[in-house]
Amino acid sequence: MQQRYTTTAIVLHWLVALLIIGAFTLGLVMTDIPGFSPTKLRYYAWHKWAGVTVMLLAVLRLLWRLKNRPPAFPAAMPAWQRGAAHGLHHLLYVFIFAVPLSGYFYTLAAGFPVVYFGLFQLPVLIAKNAPLAETLKGVHYWLTMSMAALVVLHVLAALKHTIIDRDGTMRRMLPGRSL
Amino acid sequence: MKLTRLTLATLLTGVTLLAAAAPLKTDAAHSSVSALFKQMDVPVESKFTRFNAQIDYDAAHPDKATARVDIDTASLDIGSPEYNKEIAKKTWFNSAQFPKATFVSTAIKPAGAGKLNVTGKLSIKGKTQDVSFPLTVKPEGGKQVFQGQLPIKRLAFDIGEGEWKDTDMVADEVVIKFRVAAGQ
Repeated sequence: MQQRYTTTAIVLHWLVALLIIGAFTLGLVMTDIPGFSPTKLRYYAWHKWAGVTVMLLAVLRLLWRLKNRPPAFPAAMPAWQRGAAHGLHHLLYVFIFAVPLSGYFYTLAAGFPVVYFGLFQLPVLIAKNAPLAETLKGVHYWLTMSMAALVVLHVLAALKHTIIDRDGTMRRMLPGRSL
Repeated sequence: MKLTRLTLATLLTGVTLLAAAAPLKTDAAHSSVSALFKQMDVPVESKFTRFNAQIDYDAAHPDKATARVDIDTASLDIGSPEYNKEIAKKTWFNSAQFPKATFVSTAIKPAGAGKLNVTGKLSIKGKTQDVSFPLTVKPEGGKQVFQGQLPIKRLAFDIGEGEWKDTDMVADEVVIKFRVAAGQ
């Protein structure tokens, strides 16, 4: 009998997924707004808050993952696919931290600390540094785009298991009654 | 010979007096004018990269001191070249029409050791307000260093018009912080 992920894991997965898609979309839209407008600045703030939230939830996910074993893959799944899935999941965990962290240090280097939800200022770990900000801007962009590619792979793999293999792999991460 | 010496002494005294009456020379490398404000509660420190301060100050007669500061409004660096261009535009500083913000002192009064109370007129974007603020002065490396800060309301000077009047986006209060090092 195939197991589902725990409710905690499912909630965290989809919450983080929504936040990542939201932050990604905001990131594309806000950097495309020409000039200077309150909307643009508001989007930047939301983007940063979303990124920090992803990072905080990612810590919870990592803690969950270290304490729990994910439900087994379908018995029929070939070894190379298991290996690829493990590798991709590990990479996604790395990027879930790397992308927000690079953005966080980028905004610090640019001289704009993050004030989470406008309520409290998060630690200023590095001083303002224009050349470093320019570098981190590129780092943040390319990490984001690499992660986007991995997310596309992740989604395609889930769909392939659902539509072609029909092996219930994706159902492990969907809410519902016990399998 | 005696006469020459006397003449020389008189001349020297005259030169010293002249020097004391002349404005101090500003040491731009050790001076700064910045504006601190909050954008969606995020503290931002921005610097004016071009300004000129003329201070006439004699420690023996502080009440006779005068000060004038001219600031290039287009020189405010808020941390991004793209945004710096935007704030020189009409909605913000309108630097094309009002290239300079100026402060001219009307009275400077001693207020204890190393302290002065300054009153004067601050003009930005065609609006003038009476302002007063405390100032500290201390000698440093053969120069006098004047330091102080002055909170102002940006909307009183129409800095940020239209949709930018929203003080939740950019707070009304802006603190102008300055340090001027000047000497003979």
